[in-house]
Amino acid sequence: MDTMRERFTAVTSHLLDEDPRLAVVLAEIGADGFRDAAARHPDRVVNVGIREQLLVGVGGGLALTGMRPVMHTFASFLVERPFEQVKLDLGHQGAAGVLVSANASYDWPAGGFTHMSPGDVALLDTLEGWTVHVPGHPDEAETLLRHAYRTDERVYVRLSLQSNGTPRPVSPDGFLTLRRGSAQAPVVVAVGPLLDATVAALAGVDATVLYATTVRPFDHRALRAAVAGRTAADVVLVEPYLRGTSSAAVAEALHDTPHRLLALGTAREELRRYGQPADHLRAHGLDAAGLRKSITAFAGRSPAAD
Amino acid sequence: MTNTTAGPTGIQRAELPEHAFTFEDLPRLMSLMTGAEKHGPAATSTADAVWVLYDRVLRVSPETAGSPDRDRFLLSKGHGPMAYYATLAAKGFLPVGLLPGFGSWDSPLGHHPDRTLLPGVEISSGSLGHGLPLAVGSALGLRAQGRRRPSVWALVGDAELDEGSNDEAIEFAGAVGLDSLHTVVIDNRSASHGRPGGLADRFEVAGWSVVEVDGRDHDALYDAYTRPHPGRPHAVIARVEPKTS
Repeated sequence: MDTMRERFTAVTSHLLDEDPRLAVVLAEIGADGFRDAAARHPDRVVNVGIREQLLVGVGGGLALTGMRPVMHTFASFLVERPFEQVKLDLGHQGAAGVLVSANASYDWPAGGFTHMSPGDVALLDTLEGWTVHVPGHPDEAETLLRHAYRTDERVYVRLSLQSNGTPRPVSPDGFLTLRRGSAQAPVVVAVGPLLDATVAALAGVDATVLYATTVRPFDHRALRAAVAGRTAADVVLVEPYLRGTSSAAVAEALHDTPHRLLALGTAREELRRYGQPADHLRAHGLDAAGLRKSITAFAGRSPAAD
Repeated sequence: MTNTTAGPTGIQRAELPEHAFTFEDLPRLMSLMTGAEKHGPAATSTADAVWVLYDRVLRVSPETAGSPDRDRFLLSKGHGPMAYYATLAAKGFLPVGLLPGFGSWDSPLGHHPDRTLLPGVEISSGSLGHGLPLAVGSALGLRAQGRRRPSVWALVGDAELDEGSNDEAIEFAGAVGLDSLHTVVIDNRSASHGRPGGLADRFEVAGWSVVEVDGRDHDALYDAYTRPHPGRPHAVIARVEPKTS
């Protein structure tokens, strides 16, 4: 199976042949993969060198002339380092584009914290009008990327080396409801690559499971439908980035429903450890065992469970 | 954005003035914004450079402000935009009647320009160091669409070049020979730390064509703006009175 990033490179290279509005902007990272596409479309595959402010500024300028820019590098250098360019050269100009990141969370733990961006989605939450896709499988990444290129929206696509075993029929329209529990069961929202671990964690546990690959806009309707008719609800967020990133979105969606929330994600504290992704998933409590422990403890304390 | 878009104050093409203004009208137009009879060097540092561009160089008018083949002028140094607004009003992009509202709640004229509120304004600026990278992207976008006619101009200040984002743009544009790109640097020696070798050197080493010129001399500005520069981006360094003079 290819990785999400390899799929991104292949699909985008192909679409460059078909869509004259599409342009790819790179800052060295990923340039090798686009070598053939750059040879075919030298004016629409632009490698600006290791210049990430320019990466986003060029994307903004391309958009101002009517192009659909796709800006790609590691999340740390796409969202965090040039954040003011994301804010001003795209949003404030009324311009749009597609940011496609790799290595956002713990894809390369041996690379350390400089190559992790656990706060990327939270940062984009401070800005207006960003759609955020977090696919959990290369096929899902392809679906969401193809859709992103066709729109005129500001879109962030967060690609990962982590993947679920099988793709789900995702769409940018909202969450999928994969399992329905009893009226007392917690509603667990699993995001992207954490679905498999979440499903494994909930084996034999009474729970409703929603699968989210488009997290912004947050699918209020799916969450409200999952708790419909309840006087009180238990909600669990399982996110592969900073813990609590979507807590405010849950609060908004359930503004008139009494609820408790367990927000799971990566810790704010730096681990300062290297190792493998599995080590980091375990450390953040995002492996199946950790999730099961957290979720059953939360549900067990629920007044709804009595 | 097109020049027919109605902003918050309902700017419509029908309101645009018909009669011609000259450079001598700029102080009066600026006084509508500032309330001052006379303006110091800082307020007018860009006036001559911007005027000569709109009067004699840029192929853009209120009628073509939405045309894909127009020349683009990106005011990167968005701070102190009175001379820019006055020029746009003089050239019919904005109604003169808007000028007295400068900076007020009901006015689209901010102390930093917003392109989504104003016809003819190519970028929203204010934070320094964004115009030149956006201009590079605009030039690349026009080239990718096969539009060879439009020129792209960015105006920056000498102290604005402190921002490292400009270096990213200057080096890249020089390296790829982006010859539809032009930069006007208003040099009023406002940078605290100056530059060894001067401003021109910074562009020359990156492969740009560079001309230094008296930023108050309209014919010299015109000559510098229109100097051929095949295969290279072009920088015009317009020297004006030091900010502290």
